[in-house]
Amino acid sequence: MSDADSGESTDQPAMEAARYPDGSILYPSHPVGPDGNEPVETVDLSEYTATLITWTSSTATPPGVRQPNHLGIVEFDVEGEPVRAIGQLTTDDVEIGDTVEAVYAEELREPGAGIREPESQAWDGYQFQPVE
Amino acid sequence: MTQFGQREAWIRELLAEAGQACLDDAGVEGSEVEHLYVSNMASGEFEGQTGIANAVAHDLNAIPAYTARIDQTSSSGGAGVYSAWQSVASGASDLTMLVGGEKMTHRSTAEATDVIASLTHPAEYKHGVTLPSFAGLTARRYLHVHDAPRESLAKVAVKNHKNGVDNPHAQFQKEVDLETVMESPIIADPLRLYDFCPITDGSAALMFCPESVAAEYTDDYVTVAGIGGATDTHVVHERADPTVMGGVVDSGEEAYEMAGLGPEDIDMAELHDMFTILEFLQSEGLGFFEPGEGWKAIDEGVTDRDGELPINTSGGLKSKGHPLGASGVAQIYEVYQQLMGTAGPRQVKAETGLACNVGGFGNCVITTILEASQ
Repeated sequence: MSDADSGESTDQPAMEAARYPDGSILYPSHPVGPDGNEPVETVDLSEYTATLITWTSSTATPPGVRQPNHLGIVEFDVEGEPVRAIGQLTTDDVEIGDTVEAVYAEELREPGAGIREPESQAWDGYQFQPVE
Repeated sequence: MTQFGQREAWIRELLAEAGQACLDDAGVEGSEVEHLYVSNMASGEFEGQTGIANAVAHDLNAIPAYTARIDQTSSSGGAGVYSAWQSVASGASDLTMLVGGEKMTHRSTAEATDVIASLTHPAEYKHGVTLPSFAGLTARRYLHVHDAPRESLAKVAVKNHKNGVDNPHAQFQKEVDLETVMESPIIADPLRLYDFCPITDGSAALMFCPESVAAEYTDDYVTVAGIGGATDTHVVHERADPTVMGGVVDSGEEAYEMAGLGPEDIDMAELHDMFTILEFLQSEGLGFFEPGEGWKAIDEGVTDRDGELPINTSGGLKSKGHPLGASGVAQIYEVYQQLMGTAGPRQVKAETGLACNVGGFGNCVITTILEASQ
């Protein structure tokens, strides 16, 4: 579990990535990895910190999405294996290279406001916030 | 092709308008068409009209032709070119028509953005990720890694708007200056309003046949020298280098190999400048410039209409507009006009032209190389 001091330490799902036989780790997980094989185990990325690769602050957001919507692509270091993820940022006061941690959010955008069927996917997940 | 822009016509009418103009130009009756492909991303989602391939076939009297709708998101047009070429190359059809179109402007920007964003992976969609936000993320990384000035992106918009002035079908036939681009509202930081193509209605059409059949109708035609299609990851952040579009590289290599040509042989190109940053990524991925050097080419005027390698003489998606399913078809129409010598004030000296049509954020890409007939 994340050590984020959000005060919501219970009932948080893992930020689940999948490790494949060739050692690569992908987030989100896929039925098969780059080597064509099924995953062998899961990794909870919320236990690690990540580096901000790039970010944007989007002002033209779709229905049910906060405005502006700060987004980042980050790279976790899982015992030497790089794992990228995309997600909302808690702030736009960031720079490329910043260290971030994953913090859980129960609802990232309003289900049903957009075109996608609300029941077809999850709407909770992890945002990224700068460490310190 | 039809006028691009905000149109009163709905999708079926737009497709029929471009389709009929193509039939008239080629001197072909609808009933002679053996295959009819209709490139369109989302007529069901935008308008509630499905089954458009059959609808258009009826409107053009293309009965009993084999028809199918081709959806590959923003590269639906290019994918239609691939299907049309394949139908002729395989011998399945001696006369194939391709019509691409989209009706979008009746939707709000937020709704249209969401329809397009629905192509993303659930892990992206739930964060409110849109195609413009991918562009902002990639542009920031590109400028950072390659130490490129922000103005270089703005210069793409300035160039393509300037080219679009001379395209009577373009949505925007007006120039913009660097200051206007640089001071326009932020859309996906660091990108601003003028770094993005507009939301557009429109349609374009092409006719494909073997050269032996073409000779029955006309002496004036161009040939498909090479074509390639490739796919990259659905999840965009998983790509090894965020500033490289693998689908562009792979589809380009396939097209070059088929044509027996290389990047140095291309005289002009239509690239998918849905966002200004994409013109750099494609011009590098297709081998016109070294990785990280695309921005220097625009700085030096290499890609201007009177430059060494004119890019987006039509005005590109940026100025011409981007009716999703039509764009890949309209790119080929521009290359066709340039190779035929009928591009009017936009005319450049070209015997070989290339078009690169990008779906998603490089998720699917079609690259096509055309040559003037001898």
